Amino acid sequence: MEALALALGAALAVACVVLVALPFLREPGGDDSLPEPTPAERERLRLEEERDRALAALKELEFDHRTGKVSDEDYRAAVGQLRAEAAAALKALDAVADERKTPARLP
Amino acid sequence: MPLLGRAALVVVLGLVAYAAVAGAYAAFTGKRRLIESARNALYAALAAAGVASLVLLVAMGTRDLGFVYVADHTSKELPLRYALSAFWSGQEGSLLLWLLILLGMSCAAIALNGRLTRRVLPWTVPILGGIATFFAVLLVFVANPFATQAAPADGAGLNPSLQNPYMLAHPPLLYLGYVGLTIPFAFAMAALASKRTDERWIIATRRWTLAAWTFLGIAILLGAKWAYEEVGWGGWYAWDPVENAALMPWIVATAYLHSVMVQEKKDMLRVWNVILVAGAFALSLFGTFLTRSGILSSIHSFTESSIGPWFLGFITLVLAASIALIIWRLPLLRSRTRLESLVSREAAFLYNNLFLVAFALTVLWGVLYPILSDAVRGVTVTVGAPYYDFFAIAFGLPIVLLMGLGPLVAWRRASLRALGRAVAWPAAVALLAGVLLLLAGAGSSPAGLVGYTFAAFVLAAIVLEFARGTRARKATGSETWLGAFSGLVGRNRRRYGGYVVHAAIVLLMLGAIGIGAFSTTTEGDLAPGERMEVGAYTLTYRGMTETRGPNAVERRARIAVERDGKDLGVIEPGKNSYLAEQQVSNEVAIRSDPLRAEDLFLIADQFSGDDVFLKAIVNPLVNLIWLAGLVFLAGAAVAMWPDAREARRLARRFAAEDPALARA
Repeated sequence: MEALALALGAALAVACVVLVALPFLREPGGDDSLPEPTPAERERLRLEEERDRALAALKELEFDHRTGKVSDEDYRAAVGQLRAEAAAALKALDAVADERKTPARLP
Repeated sequence: MPLLGRAALVVVLGLVAYAAVAGAYAAFTGKRRLIESARNALYAALAAAGVASLVLLVAMGTRDLGFVYVADHTSKELPLRYALSAFWSGQEGSLLLWLLILLGMSCAAIALNGRLTRRVLPWTVPILGGIATFFAVLLVFVANPFATQAAPADGAGLNPSLQNPYMLAHPPLLYLGYVGLTIPFAFAMAALASKRTDERWIIATRRWTLAAWTFLGIAILLGAKWAYEEVGWGGWYAWDPVENAALMPWIVATAYLHSVMVQEKKDMLRVWNVILVAGAFALSLFGTFLTRSGILSSIHSFTESSIGPWFLGFITLVLAASIALIIWRLPLLRSRTRLESLVSREAAFLYNNLFLVAFALTVLWGVLYPILSDAVRGVTVTVGAPYYDFFAIAFGLPIVLLMGLGPLVAWRRASLRALGRAVAWPAAVALLAGVLLLLAGAGSSPAGLVGYTFAAFVLAAIVLEFARGTRARKATGSETWLGAFSGLVGRNRRRYGGYVVHAAIVLLMLGAIGIGAFSTTTEGDLAPGERMEVGAYTLTYRGMTETRGPNAVERRARIAVERDGKDLGVIEPGKNSYLAEQQVSNEVAIRSDPLRAEDLFLIADQFSGDDVFLKAIVNPLVNLIWLAGLVFLAGAAVAMWPDAREARRLARRFAAEDPALARA
């Protein structure tokens, strides 16, 4: 019984080692570096979060207004600012996208 | 096969240590294949932990008393289901279960967020590996479940109070909750270490946090149901330190689930959220420490052990590393927006967070004070129910009020006039409920009356939110009322699932106030044929019976129950004398009235010849507590249900770097 347990334990250990070594066995060479985001990528992501946040807030404000949770007066006071925030985020995103395209057009 | 179990644990230790060390090196130096190798080590460790668990389960199922653990926690006469549940009733087994669940959840979270954990948050794998290493070290060097001995004639059996169906589910669910909190912690810390403090770690762990919180909540309620039926003092929650140990991370996770919405909507509270995630995880470790270290004298802590210092050391390490990482990355966590108004949804969330965290800290102090007093001054003190009840009311009532107010207030800012209009109906309903309850005599408990009035306010606010939302959707399209309702919930699952959870909390509160403030108790010695009155019930003692059960002698008092002259049958409270365990347990008898949601609760406190000393309690509305569990589960399921539209939107946002996130 002990011999069987030892054999099973050894088989388990070998299988585990193979699984752990698999990334090196499958790809012995080649590019091994994790991609680091550039500052531009980080900025794009931040702006996309900002855009989504502003659009979601607009949607929520519209819904709260329709359900009567937000008065007409409060709605008018808030909607302009939210639209401006969403537009600013969209504009900034366009600018980032343009910047990314520009080097590709260079000869 | 103990050798195989032991070998499997050694293999687990090697693998998780590799995942921690090689994974950290790979994340630090940016080596992609090494991080994949570390991830595979966690997958392999799960398989090896599965082998170890299987060996232990087979030994328990076959009552292999050559295993010390099996002999200590089972007996030959113990029914199979309880023999298998001994897996988590002892220290070594429950640590193995912790490790198994941790590895299972880690692997699932890593697999479901493969690209994210490999490329964007590579620190996730070593952090999870590091936590698993701690438990593997304990199992290999301190609390080995595979120790052997010459098999005794029979085992010591299982603590009789654990031989209860609720104990088959409560501990595993509790562990799923405790361990589940590891996942948001690991992702949050990985986000800080990887300098990727955008929303991705939150999105990736949203459902994990909700699932862990749901498991923990259901586990606490199942534990309460077990205590109510098995411990038999007539209550459901006794502020026992080990009960509190599970409650604290649940409260902190509740605070996080609210404050994370403020981060998602307003990009605020970013530091606060990582603090809450780290706090909830540290408290889940603290809960395991309290239960398993033997530091407490409690019906829940079943063992004295040497793992206490290990746990304290690890909790200190987790706290120190988390605090250092948060401070180090503070510049990345600065919010760009500020609170615009004190009357707004985000402000309501902030107030709710302050009350919740204050309550969790108060409970923590109540748990810690006796331990510190004993350790530092050598003086034994007890922090009893009055302390906790006071703070539960002081913090609980404002939290409940905010549960009603919060959904009615708009994001960003709301004018007081708009707020007044929004709360008018719920306030009117609450006032009416308060007056009616006062007339019905509920004024005997002022706190109970206020609680019920607040509960009416919250329920009215929830109904109003559903009604207004459905009407608004119906007004914009050609949907039917049912279509508008399902569309409303389907498009805002977290919000409306959350409201259902709020309704569950209100139900729980109604039940808790019912049993806490309005129960009736009568007790006395009864000879056969004698009667006793309790509330509207008349009880007649018909004599005692004694039978031999599968592993115990069962003595019962036969009590005939009448209400308003109507015969409601016979119920039988009593005591079980367990043969192998040489212990006696209280077996209460409960008659539930589903229409009134009340229980008649009988305890046969003592038998003396043919006489019985009977304690009879009427617990009004107590069944609402258990109903709350079902409603809570339904609300959590709605909130967790995948939203394909949101998944597509997120996939578009992260497409360039992380398309796999859509599956999170």
